[in-house]
Amino acid sequence: MLTFTIRRLVLAIPTLLFISLVIFLLLELAPGDPMAQVPLTVPPEVKEKMREALGLGQPLHVRYWKWLVQFFWIEPKVLIDYAFNTSFSADDLRVISWQTRSPVMDTVAQRMPQTLWVVGTAYVVGILIAIPVGIYSAYRQYSWFDNAGTFVTMVGFSVPPFFSGVLVIVIFSVQLGWFPSIYDTTHRVTDWSSFLAQVNQMIMPVMVLALQITSQISRFMRASMLDNLNQDYVRTARAKGLRERSVILMHVLRNSMIPVVTVIALGIPAIFGGAIITEQVFKVNGIGQLLIIAIQANDLPMVQTLTFIFAVLIVLFNLIADVLYGILDPRIRYD
Amino acid sequence: MIFKPLMLGMIASLALATTTIAERGSDGNVSIIYWQAPSILNPFLSGGTKDVESASLVLEPLARYDENGELTPWLATRVPTVANGGISEDLTSITWNISPGLLWSDGTPFTAADVKFSYEYCTHPEGGCAFLTKFDGVTNVETPDELTVVVNFDKPTPFPYGPFVGGESPIIQAAQFADCLGAKAPECTEQNFNPIGTGPFVVDEFKPNDVITLSANPNYRDTAKPAFATVTFKGGGDATAAGRAVMETGEFDYAWNLQLAPDVIAQMQAGGKGKPVAGFGPLMERIMLNQTNSDPALDADTRSTAKVAHPFLREPAVYKALSLAIDRPLLVEIGYGQAGRVGCNWIPAPAAVNSDTFKCDVQDIPGANKMLDDAGIVDTDGDGIREKDGVPLKVLYQTSTNAVRQDFQALIKQWWQEIGVEAELRNINASVFFGGDPGSPDTFQKFYADVQMYANTFNGTDPQSYLGNMLCDKAPRPETQWQGENISRFCDPAYDALYAKLTETAGADERAAIARQLNDMAVASGAMIPLVHRGRLSAHANTLGGVVLNVWDSELWNVADWFRKEGS
Amino acid sequence: MAFLIPVFAMTETPLEIESEVSTVEAEPDKPPRSQWVDIWQQLKAHKGAMVGTYLFAFITIGVFVGPFIWHIDPTYLPQGRDFIDLRDTRPIYTLIWDSQAKVSWAHPLGTDNLGRDALARLMSGGRVSIAVGLTAMVLSILLGTIIGVVAGFFRRMDGSLMRLTDLFLALPLLPLILVASLLFRDPLSNSFGTEGGIFILIVVLIGLTSWMQTARIVRGDVLALKEREFVLAARSVGTTPVQLIIRHLLPNTLSPIMVSATLGIATAIITESALSFLGFGFPPDFPTWGRLLNDSVDRMVLYPERVLWPGLMISLTVLSVNYLGDGLRDALDPRIRGR
Repeated sequence: MLTFTIRRLVLAIPTLLFISLVIFLLLELAPGDPMAQVPLTVPPEVKEKMREALGLGQPLHVRYWKWLVQFFWIEPKVLIDYAFNTSFSADDLRVISWQTRSPVMDTVAQRMPQTLWVVGTAYVVGILIAIPVGIYSAYRQYSWFDNAGTFVTMVGFSVPPFFSGVLVIVIFSVQLGWFPSIYDTTHRVTDWSSFLAQVNQMIMPVMVLALQITSQISRFMRASMLDNLNQDYVRTARAKGLRERSVILMHVLRNSMIPVVTVIALGIPAIFGGAIITEQVFKVNGIGQLLIIAIQANDLPMVQTLTFIFAVLIVLFNLIADVLYGILDPRIRYD
Repeated sequence: MIFKPLMLGMIASLALATTTIAERGSDGNVSIIYWQAPSILNPFLSGGTKDVESASLVLEPLARYDENGELTPWLATRVPTVANGGISEDLTSITWNISPGLLWSDGTPFTAADVKFSYEYCTHPEGGCAFLTKFDGVTNVETPDELTVVVNFDKPTPFPYGPFVGGESPIIQAAQFADCLGAKAPECTEQNFNPIGTGPFVVDEFKPNDVITLSANPNYRDTAKPAFATVTFKGGGDATAAGRAVMETGEFDYAWNLQLAPDVIAQMQAGGKGKPVAGFGPLMERIMLNQTNSDPALDADTRSTAKVAHPFLREPAVYKALSLAIDRPLLVEIGYGQAGRVGCNWIPAPAAVNSDTFKCDVQDIPGANKMLDDAGIVDTDGDGIREKDGVPLKVLYQTSTNAVRQDFQALIKQWWQEIGVEAELRNINASVFFGGDPGSPDTFQKFYADVQMYANTFNGTDPQSYLGNMLCDKAPRPETQWQGENISRFCDPAYDALYAKLTETAGADERAAIARQLNDMAVASGAMIPLVHRGRLSAHANTLGGVVLNVWDSELWNVADWFRKEGS
Repeated sequence: MAFLIPVFAMTETPLEIESEVSTVEAEPDKPPRSQWVDIWQQLKAHKGAMVGTYLFAFITIGVFVGPFIWHIDPTYLPQGRDFIDLRDTRPIYTLIWDSQAKVSWAHPLGTDNLGRDALARLMSGGRVSIAVGLTAMVLSILLGTIIGVVAGFFRRMDGSLMRLTDLFLALPLLPLILVASLLFRDPLSNSFGTEGGIFILIVVLIGLTSWMQTARIVRGDVLALKEREFVLAARSVGTTPVQLIIRHLLPNTLSPIMVSATLGIATAIITESALSFLGFGFPPDFPTWGRLLNDSVDRMVLYPERVLWPGLMISLTVLSVNYLGDGLRDALDPRIRGR
């Protein structure tokens, strides 16, 4: 398994380079103009000059090379400088966003906390609810609990967050006034009461997101459990006189985890990617909102960098999932 | 000039706004929400209005427009005119006198050198300054002494109030930006995010595309202002959420530019925490009529260019009938409510240049039908669509994606159907539609459609450069990489000649008269169908006092005068 | 289809295996039953599946046949005086609790802010949404299953196919759509008409950008399954890889595929509305459920029915497909079947 992991990690480098090239070409090919949001009163000649100032006049391969150098060479240097107070990166030009004219990675670092707070919490809450619900639903298939669970999760998944988000705002912020409708990203958690305030403003976005995540994962959990509950080994285990609890939780659960692990592993890069619509609805202004604003403003360096970071996470977590398969089911071999 | 009459009166009215005697910072925090989040606080490098307006909390110009569109001295002592000797007799130079004793927020004195530096910064050839046109025709800026700035133009300039006037041409500090000229401009993140200004507030923290926190400027010129100690300027989301946060939940004090249907606004207002305010600039929602043929069968060098005329949209009976079939009062009621008025002109404001030639507030479908019948444009093959010389009156009607615009499309499509014109609707994402990518077929400049709807406006009160949009050579075409402002490809030598006359005319009244004539020519020859004169609708909390909505300049122009009302 | 299945899928007792051979042996007095007849019998006995089937059939017939009974044009706007009278009418059931409500018997579900009939829009929106949802889901499930099985089963293909999956997972959807509509919108509109072209574009795009999860899940299952004894057994009797996949591996990965399919419909319907909302989808006068929902969110408090009905229809469709999928899964599972 170790050689497999190392081989995959080495292979990941050309893969990621190729992905970055595809993303770059895709963004180049897409119609769009970083000047689209400049007021119409600014004449075209001026807009042309502004484009030149952004470096848009340079040929394609030069810009791609510049980005590669900036991302793989200069940004790590900046990180080292930041960590050890050195000054390797003195005058190097970092990846600069076209909208803010500031280093992309600084903005990403700034956005990470609120995204992890909200989307990360929602993910944890979602998984913690989904797995027991999925197990119990399968164990008591077609019981009232299972049917209610099916109904809630299906409706939960069918209702898009642009609607459910606004619905909870109308109910809990406008009518009841319990929670704020706008997330305060400047809020700092310093003591118990500020922590409570943080929880207070997180409840609604977490609720909306967790519903979606729970729906998805609990369905896969249930289906996978159902597949395994009728297997021979379950009967054997019961026949051996094992407690029902350990049959279900030790044997069946472990064998049912493969699809669930896949779904969870695919979802973790999405945590870092933020939840575009939910972040917009509650003004969480995390990574998801950063990405959508950058796409709308055609801020190519920002979009390129963000998507590439997601690509790295996707490759990484899919690798982790593959390793986990091997642990969950030792029969799985990759080489 | 329009500002001539009430110079003193205006100063008095500014003083009036401060009647609630308050101490600086006594009213706590004010929170502002813009549904477009500011990306940068340096307006010269900005990507849009959001950045200019947020920066206006910090940076200020020498003079700006007030809520009536009249010039008001800001950092200068007076508005220069020919009468007061501020503008030279030959109209080639303007002299500004800076108010003495002004300090930057870091405590250093504000001098003429800073003003000159702002000019140099913006006009640097590699800087990519967004408001370069403010300095059109400027040959140099002189600073005879610390408090005097002379701007020289290359030719007589009847309207010399471009440089250093309004939120789009503020003064930045020379000391801070000295190393940020030209190609280095984008590298100065610290400066671009935390500009030092003369305005009422100082940036504490700027989180790009998210939130700005500011606090009162300790060196602000009026020691009693601003009333608020801190400002939270939140960005992002959508107009609905911003309106809700001010008028329904009361979490925020001020929400900018709520482009929402009137019934939605009314429902929010019923929340009782805030109220909408509207103001009218020259923003005009219109349908542009393509004068050229956009048939997809034509090759790329010919399609939508002056080489082939449109098969029917140049026919007066057609475009007049199309206009007559529209029920503008209903459009206003559905789409804009108190933030809209029936509009018959291309240039609806300021009042002096608003022509009264046209009447368009009554829908007349039978009249439109008759007009087309009389012109011999009738339905010959019985499919319900009229034909002109065998070409059926089918139009592709495109616009940007926006709830109100899609409602308008549906309504107008139905009305045109009643007069035998079939419309195919298309909506295009705004960032593509208004983007100038010559590779995209969907930009409004390329106009690969017969008619398209959008709104446009101009800055300040002088429409000269805006009127220049209809000149023949401003038409987007392949040779110009599809750039250009003459979207409808309107071309009339008489118009070009009259425009040339405008550029040489000095008197305000004569200029207004020519502007009205140019407006009439463009509208009467069917370059566009004006629909709605749109206002700006923002909302403020009931507890927030001192708000004066200004559509001629930044909405936050008088934020120093804002205060918390008693009993709240 | 019931050709030779010596060992069906699992190492169950041969008696429970419903193949022609074994049924003939076990029950000689009955005529041999096809496997599919058996599945159908099983499905019919499944209560949830039947409810799902009827509900889905009802919705589908409603949206496809409904417009022939309910003649109002979903894009028709009342003119003149009528416009004011007929816009913003409430559904007639509002009368139950509010006798003052503005209702019109001609418009049982009310009208929108431009006076368009809500029922007609719901039906014509449903046509598009169901068509988009089903087609895109089928496309994505097909792609995902094929890629997942191939990657899981053939070791040599695994690396390249999974890297392809990583690539697709990483691609940002919006720029992809922009590029696709730039390149293909006009050619497609020319060959299939404006709406047909956009339909194909949207379905293919949603399909192409949503198969990855299914592929990863199926691959994970196949990786585990192919090491099981029954696969070895099947191989040892000379089953070809293709048969092995079709007869043995696929039926065992069916349940996650069914879940993906159910969730896929909901995702496709909602993605379509997001695309239309952003201006990349159908023309603006073309209602779909997602779009109706989206357009009405602003007026949710004043006119709750405008969000309620489209939201309910999406949920019911997904729910019905879910129960149908549950039933199918049970019916296709040889271990549950016949009990």
